[in-house]
Amino acid sequence: MSDLETNVERVGDALVVSVRGEITLAQTPSFHQSLVTLCAQTPRILVVDLSAVPYMDSSGVGTLVDIYRKIRARGCNMALVGLTDTVRSLFEITKLDSFFTILPTRDEAIKS
Amino acid sequence: MRISGDPHQLAAVRIQVQTFARDVGFADSDCVHIALAVDEALANVIEHSYGGRCGEPIDIELADAGHKGRAGIQIKVRDYGRQVDPGVIRSRELENVRPGGLGVHIIRSVMDEVDYTPADGAGMVLVMKKLSRS
Repeated sequence: MSDLETNVERVGDALVVSVRGEITLAQTPSFHQSLVTLCAQTPRILVVDLSAVPYMDSSGVGTLVDIYRKIRARGCNMALVGLTDTVRSLFEITKLDSFFTILPTRDEAIKS
Repeated sequence: MRISGDPHQLAAVRIQVQTFARDVGFADSDCVHIALAVDEALANVIEHSYGGRCGEPIDIELADAGHKGRAGIQIKVRDYGRQVDPGVIRSRELENVRPGGLGVHIIRSVMDEVDYTPADGAGMVLVMKKLSRS
C-alpha cells in the first residue's frame, strides 16, 4: 500500500512522470528526490501524471509546490494532469488549484 | 485505539476512519475528507509533537455525534509529546504558497469544530467535530 512507483518518459522536449500509488508522508522523501532529479534535466515542461494516484496528503502537495518553484527557477514549466476527484479536492481545499497548471490529459500538457 | 506513530501506519487508520464515518451516515465524499483531516492531524503529531520520531504512542477515539437527524462524528487525537500553546497552532496564510504548514488549514477547512488543548502531563489533545449538511 505504501509503495510509490514513478515512470519517466521523454516526449520531445517534455518529461512526463507517471506516478502510481498514494503520495503521503511515508513516500514524499523519495518522491521529492525523484522529481528533483528530473528538474535537473531542465525539460521545457515537466508533466506530472497523477491519474493513478488515488490519494495525496498535504506533504505531497508541499512536495509539488517545492518542485514547481525549483523548475520555474530554471525557466521551465510544470503541469499536473489526470487528477482523481479525491486529489483534485485536496488542491481545492488548499486553494492551490489556481496556483498550478492543471490539465485533463498529458497530451494537452505536452502541447501547451 | 492506540497506534504507533509511524507514517506507514496512517493508511490503515484512514481506512478505519472512513469506514466509521460511512457507518454513522456520512456521504462518501465527506468520509474521504474526514479521513484526510485525521491523516493530517496524525502527520502533524509525528512531525511536530514527536519531532519526527516514529513509534511513539497516539490515541485515537471515534464517536458517533449525530444530532437531530444529521450524521455526526467526533474524533479525539491524543499524543504524549511536546506541548504547545494552542494559540500558536493556526493555519498559515495560503497567499504565501510554500511547502509545509497546510495540514492545519486542511483540518480546519474540513471539520466544523477543531479544538487543541494541552493534555494532563504531556502532549496535546485535539478534538474535531463534524456534522453532515443534512
